Amino acid sequence: MSGFEDVRDRLEALPDAALVVSFLVGIWLLLTLLAFAVGGAQSANLAAGFVGSVTVLVGAYAILTLALNLQWGYTGLFNIGIAGFMAVGAYTTAILTAPVDPGAGGVPGFGLPLLVGLLGGMVMAAIVGAIAALPALRLRADYLAIVTVALSEIIRLFVNWGGVAEVEVFGKRFGTGGATGISFKSPDEVVATLVNGPGQPLVAAAESVGISGPNVVNMAYGLSLLAIAAGSYWVLSRVSDSPFGRVLKAIREDETVTQSLGKDTRLFKIKAFMIGCALMGLAGALFRGGAGYISPAQFRPVITFYVFAALIIGGSGSNTGSILGAATFSALLFYLPARLGEYFPTFGRSAPGNVFEAIAALGSLDPTPLVAYTVGNISTLRFVLIGAVLVYIIQNQPDGLLGHRNEPAASVDLRRPRSADGGETDE
Amino acid sequence: MSDAETVERTMPESDVPTTSDAIDSPLLEVDGLRKQFGGVTAVDGASFKVAKGSFTGLIGPNGAGKSTTFNCITGIHEPTAGTVTFDGHDVTGLAPYTLAKRGLVRTFQIARELSEMTVLENVMLAPPGQLGESALRSVVPGLRERVQRDETEVVEAAWETLEFFEIDHLAHENAGNLSGGQRKLLEMARVLMTEPEMVLLDEPLAGVNPTLEEKLLDRIDELRQDGLTFLLVEHDMDVIMNHCEHIIVMHQGQVLAEGDADTIQSDERVLEAYLGGDV
Repeated sequence: MSGFEDVRDRLEALPDAALVVSFLVGIWLLLTLLAFAVGGAQSANLAAGFVGSVTVLVGAYAILTLALNLQWGYTGLFNIGIAGFMAVGAYTTAILTAPVDPGAGGVPGFGLPLLVGLLGGMVMAAIVGAIAALPALRLRADYLAIVTVALSEIIRLFVNWGGVAEVEVFGKRFGTGGATGISFKSPDEVVATLVNGPGQPLVAAAESVGISGPNVVNMAYGLSLLAIAAGSYWVLSRVSDSPFGRVLKAIREDETVTQSLGKDTRLFKIKAFMIGCALMGLAGALFRGGAGYISPAQFRPVITFYVFAALIIGGSGSNTGSILGAATFSALLFYLPARLGEYFPTFGRSAPGNVFEAIAALGSLDPTPLVAYTVGNISTLRFVLIGAVLVYIIQNQPDGLLGHRNEPAASVDLRRPRSADGGETDE
Repeated sequence: MSDAETVERTMPESDVPTTSDAIDSPLLEVDGLRKQFGGVTAVDGASFKVAKGSFTGLIGPNGAGKSTTFNCITGIHEPTAGTVTFDGHDVTGLAPYTLAKRGLVRTFQIARELSEMTVLENVMLAPPGQLGESALRSVVPGLRERVQRDETEVVEAAWETLEFFEIDHLAHENAGNLSGGQRKLLEMARVLMTEPEMVLLDEPLAGVNPTLEEKLLDRIDELRQDGLTFLLVEHDMDVIMNHCEHIIVMHQGQVLAEGDADTIQSDERVLEAYLGGDV
């Protein structure tokens, strides 16, 4: 327990921006070190690849976790249909931006610019969010949870359905592509055009130290996602540090009281839910659809629980905590173990077929089969790690990294105004 | 305090009629109110009026239907039958937030503080019509500056209210850390920030020590001078008899008797209801 509090106390001493930046730089350094430890001649390129991929993950999860924090951390709306709202955003973007004439095997769309597609995706996700919330708002939180998780599966199965793979409405052909998915204007490619155009000197510089062009693009894409996450943070901080945010917190604490104080809580709940869903839709398009292709399998409910894990680790109710939680979850618990598994020495042994053989070897004081087994199955075993971390946090530190902080929701300084001081000493 | 104010303060007590039928322009009028929960009739045709500017007490043995009456008046429950009229308008079954906007607010029997919010936040939540309650205004540069100006005033008013209830030293504390009595004060402070016309107090003094109790009653007296109306449910007979100029006694979901303290104290039926005799 002291280990966790130690980390927490150190986090506390820093201002929020410095906190987030040093956290990210720490993660980048860690992965760079790993790359140089295992990469040999390819070290620089490997490091760039690691850092690029982890940045994409952190950026995407930061947007998702911030959105969930507004819904659950602030307002207490138990949305376990995140994957569904991501799918709505991603599919809307895809249908709007897919080429009108895709050639053989492709699904036609509206051929609109990416920016229009992303905006459309956000709006659509917000609308679907409102529709999901409307009937459930009169009920208790658990019912909203059931409605959202069911809706997210309905959405996934709907876009998977062959009947909507390609339809014709008013002479216009478009569709979801069914189970095979849909290709559309790739956000990654838009970034690549920028990097390879105006950013050409940068690419040349990177290539001179052995970093490949695609890795530079990947890094640039990650940084773009981080920038969007930073923008979301800015917006959501202003939303939460305001009388609006205060009402949201009050709803989370006690909705009856909030109503008794003259607040029409339904409106506030719908608004908060819609803002969160819009961001989830955006993240769905940019994260799942980063490469310009999405399919229903990318929107399984498990991603919803990843985002919840990130929020619980970071501290529900804190925007800065949400970003730290997203970084901790996606980089340290999700990405890092997989990379470690790839490069960890297995002492020249191949992994035993099952865990019993691995453990049985311990009886003859030979730990290498267990190590080899662990390393070989790391991408599955990391879920055990995530589970263990969650159990530890919920038992010992239910507020997560920053959830214990007192962050009053107000847009102004809350210290006693001078005029009202009344001669008492405040400091 | 000037002499004129003292006179004003004692005025209503002599002015208020002794039976509610005689109240000409009631602020609140409850007529034939009924509320059933399944087979249980909690309120069974209660009718009474509350005069503007009065301090009216609502008493009755446990299970008399006082809290349910409160809940029906303030929109927490929808009445099975009967009407509630506030300030000349039929407000039966309206949502709590609509009633609060019209100036009819309540406190709860068990203080319901917003525990993970600071005391100051609790109080700042209440003022009506805050500009920053629009998400858009709170975000967009240019509009947010107006929100902040608006909020600076709210902060000032909140501090004043906290000072009035002498809990300003707890302003930055989470409300959940407060003692029972302090929570009661916080509820009062919060409800007054809604700029109400009438406040329904559900056992505001339960679990409050005598010193604090005096303080609270003094505050209520001060606020009545500003024209506020109070309806009070309380089990402490001394408080009711000494402070309320009009008392309504409920028994088995109906109004059993009403009048001033002397009338109530000499009413046989009231004694029987409290002592459990046969009626």
